[in-house]
Amino acid sequence: MNAVLNVADVSVPAKRVSALSILLVESRMEFMRMLRAPAFSVPVISFPVMFYVLFALVMGPPNASGGVARHMLASFSAFGVMAPGLFGLGVSLAIERERGLLELKRALPIPAGVYLGAKLVMASLFAAIVSVVLMILAATAGHVVMEVLQWCKLFVLALLGVLPFCSLGLLIGTLVKGQAAAAAVNLVYMPMSFLSGMMIPLQAMPHVLTQVAPIWPSYHLLQIALHVVGDPHTGNPALHAVTVTLEGVAFFAWAQRRLSKLR
Amino acid sequence: MNAAARVVDATKRFGSTQALDGLNLEIAAGRVTALLGSNGAGKTTTISMLLGLTSPDSGQVELFGRSPHEVTARQRMGVMLQSAVLPETLRVGELLTLTRAYYPRPAPFDQIAQTAGITDLLHRLYGRLSGGQQRRVQFALSLCGNPDLLCLDEPTVGLDTESRASVWQAIRSRVSDGCAVLLTTHYLEEAEALADRVAVIVRGRVVMTGTVDEVRALSTAGRIRCITTLSTEAVAKWQGVDTVTRAGEYLQLETAVTEKIVQRLFQADPSLSALEVRRGGLAEALSRISAEELQ
Repeated sequence: MNAVLNVADVSVPAKRVSALSILLVESRMEFMRMLRAPAFSVPVISFPVMFYVLFALVMGPPNASGGVARHMLASFSAFGVMAPGLFGLGVSLAIERERGLLELKRALPIPAGVYLGAKLVMASLFAAIVSVVLMILAATAGHVVMEVLQWCKLFVLALLGVLPFCSLGLLIGTLVKGQAAAAAVNLVYMPMSFLSGMMIPLQAMPHVLTQVAPIWPSYHLLQIALHVVGDPHTGNPALHAVTVTLEGVAFFAWAQRRLSKLR
Repeated sequence: MNAAARVVDATKRFGSTQALDGLNLEIAAGRVTALLGSNGAGKTTTISMLLGLTSPDSGQVELFGRSPHEVTARQRMGVMLQSAVLPETLRVGELLTLTRAYYPRPAPFDQIAQTAGITDLLHRLYGRLSGGQQRRVQFALSLCGNPDLLCLDEPTVGLDTESRASVWQAIRSRVSDGCAVLLTTHYLEEAEALADRVAVIVRGRVVMTGTVDEVRALSTAGRIRCITTLSTEAVAKWQGVDTVTRAGEYLQLETAVTEKIVQRLFQADPSLSALEVRRGGLAEALSRISAEELQ
């Protein structure tokens, strides 16, 4: 009998690592490292909060009994979920592609979906932070009064609303490499913020811009947010939800196709 | 001997470039196999296939009898890539925790840190480390899964002599435990110091495999250096002298018949001094193999 056991003879151990446990560790580390990167975490959290304080609380009309503060809460809740998805996935993926980290991750025994899944969780956590801070400001300094269910819905909307922007960010990250991705993301982020009615009411814009607003996922998210807080909005919220979901799925599918082609 | 990994008749084409042209390679357990070849010879493509990053156009690649695309096959492999930049805002200890989480039988945390000599770096941010320290962390990560195969791409680039020696020591210790190691390196002394077997790749094919001594034996060239009054032109005419160059007061020549030439040098110039004779190394053998294959 052969007493010598070669390495290659050893059968693969029965013990398995669950994809969920890897996802938890990967997500925690992804969140920590993005939180410690001030170029990402500071603007992502502070911009929507700063704009809200400025436009709703400082410059808003006095004695408005929370009306403006509530409308702006919906606007900036929708605005706040864009950056975590766009920058958190787009720029980080583009840089990781350039620096060979994506390649290393693909060579490591990480179950399919964990790498992207962790980025989604990270972006959702940032969206959650922004949402909670905005809601605390609205409820205290802004004197916004809503039903508990409305607050909850707005929070859930932030968690889910980040996903289509993650898909779009992912797509940009597969199209552009390295630092150029930040510029590319801004080219989408800026018009999307201004032209979907978040900062400036659509009514105040030229007719042609109001006509193209429905192409932006942010427009649909804003309409849902306005519906949640009980403010006037256009269209059917369910239809908006379907549209923004379809857009997210389309971006994701395109990004996946690009990713599978990238070596 | 069972192979930890095997490449059989692999071909791969990128556009008009034939990266691999029927490449065969076996990486044995308990051995260090060094993959040598010039840039563009096909080393990177070979490694990419073994890591499951790309597939051959034809032929076969096996990792522990499975496809490298299977996670369970890659769980038995540790990887250190030359080019990968790790997340700069994670601490070294966190990187270790994260990488250990991927494997079903991870090596003990403290043991990895000690082996790679990074115990004092665990609380530091990766981005704040020096190049050499980062390299040691990358080496530590390759050990996280208690691997049966270590794939090391230029493992000691940027390391000082002491760190390099300790990485070599760690590699040897893994190999004595039965681990297979695939090594690519530009430092031929590294291949000479570590490798049990050398595979030389030229134009996408393995043109020679053997022990370091077997490959080195292919180099007939020896190098002689000395201070002499003899002129370059005169020595160049001697039979058996391949090349002659002069660097300051030193005359340097290459020859396949070192003993004969040394004898003749002393006859022609009894005042000759500072004589050095060096046997042909792996470098000479490699350039000879490559040159012959390319002709």
